[in-house]
Amino acid sequence: MNRSTIDLWVGVFVAAGLGGLLFLALKVGNLASFSTADSYTVNAKFANIGGLKERGPVKSAGVVVGRVAGIRFDGESYEAIVTMNLEAKYQFPRDTTAKILTSGILGEQYVGLEAGGDGMMLKNGDRLRLTQSAVVLENLISQFLFSKAAEGKPQEK
Amino acid sequence: MLIGALRARLERLGGTVTSAIWRLGFASRFLFYLMVHSGTALHRFRLTVTQIYFAGVLSLVIILVSGLFVGMVLALQGYETLQRFGASESLGVLVALSLVRELGPVVAGLLFASRAGSAITAEIGLMKATEQISAMEMMAVDPIARVVAPRFWGGVISMPLLAALFSASGIFGGYLVGVQLIGVDAGAFWSQMQAAVDWNHDIMNGVIKSVVFGVAVTWIAVFEGYDAPPTAEGVSRATTRTVVTSSLAILALDFVLTALMFTGGNGK
Repeated sequence: MNRSTIDLWVGVFVAAGLGGLLFLALKVGNLASFSTADSYTVNAKFANIGGLKERGPVKSAGVVVGRVAGIRFDGESYEAIVTMNLEAKYQFPRDTTAKILTSGILGEQYVGLEAGGDGMMLKNGDRLRLTQSAVVLENLISQFLFSKAAEGKPQEK
Repeated sequence: MLIGALRARLERLGGTVTSAIWRLGFASRFLFYLMVHSGTALHRFRLTVTQIYFAGVLSLVIILVSGLFVGMVLALQGYETLQRFGASESLGVLVALSLVRELGPVVAGLLFASRAGSAITAEIGLMKATEQISAMEMMAVDPIARVVAPRFWGGVISMPLLAALFSASGIFGGYLVGVQLIGVDAGAFWSQMQAAVDWNHDIMNGVIKSVVFGVAVTWIAVFEGYDAPPTAEGVSRATTRTVVTSSLAILALDFVLTALMFTGGNGK
């Protein structure tokens, strides 16, 4: 094998190795397939988003209908604003409820949409008014303990 | 009688230990000499490029295919366990962290030791057996600078690239099985992976590991080749020793590096 061929292959090898490193660094590419062209954006305010992450699924009736596009903090209302990209083929009424739910006990969190009865459909840029925050386990436990304590008191008397 | 047998045994043990320490000292001196005289390998870089071809490019197929299968197996086994806890979306994290932190550098290093390290030892050993090394010395060409250093640097450059490709190919294999075959959600697979894998703490530590393994494997390979007795048997024994010693070195170094990198609260 002559030298220029060896040089070529070594070049290919080094480029592939660096490409592998780049892939490890970015690890995307797959999500570029979900283009924003055939989707519309809605957002919703939550008092607490729990462990929701960007690009997490948005599900309705258990079916993935979109992705979480962005999460940011609203400094005025002290709430989280979650932006979601929903696929254009799925239309939802304007009074749809957004909840932050968890798949399983240890599973990841996702946004669950529950359709309302309004005749008007959601448009690009609309805001979902009815939301329900993530369930924080510590709050749940403290609520349970307080209610137990409240139950216990009358019996002592 | 008994004391005589005991003494002979002790002497043999002492001899083994002394010769092991002597070899370690010679290997260290050899590495130092190699570092000092690697000017030629870097100055006439084409020599090193040829060795990158033999050590790196020709190992590509085995590295990529093994990586793919390791990733696929990780995804299958990981899914079996994770789905019991309803955490199958964390499959991407499991596959990526195992590959980037441990399996990528270690398995790529073991494959590299048996694929390229043994070849380096056999080549240098045969050059010595056929007196090509002596002929070079006769012509006032330094065999360490001309023969050993390019092979050493070729191996050291190839190893991190091979480990990165192994990890990338493994993650792709995990994606194929986890997302395409089993049906884990693709967005959760990638987003949880991206949220959990840290550039400095995980990827760079993996790269550092692979550089260390590359130095260790090629050092052992060139030393064993250079130190091999110039006979057919000597070369074959040296080749075996290269694979055994460098595999053990990789696993032992991996433990030390992991203990240094992932404990003691550095990073996260």
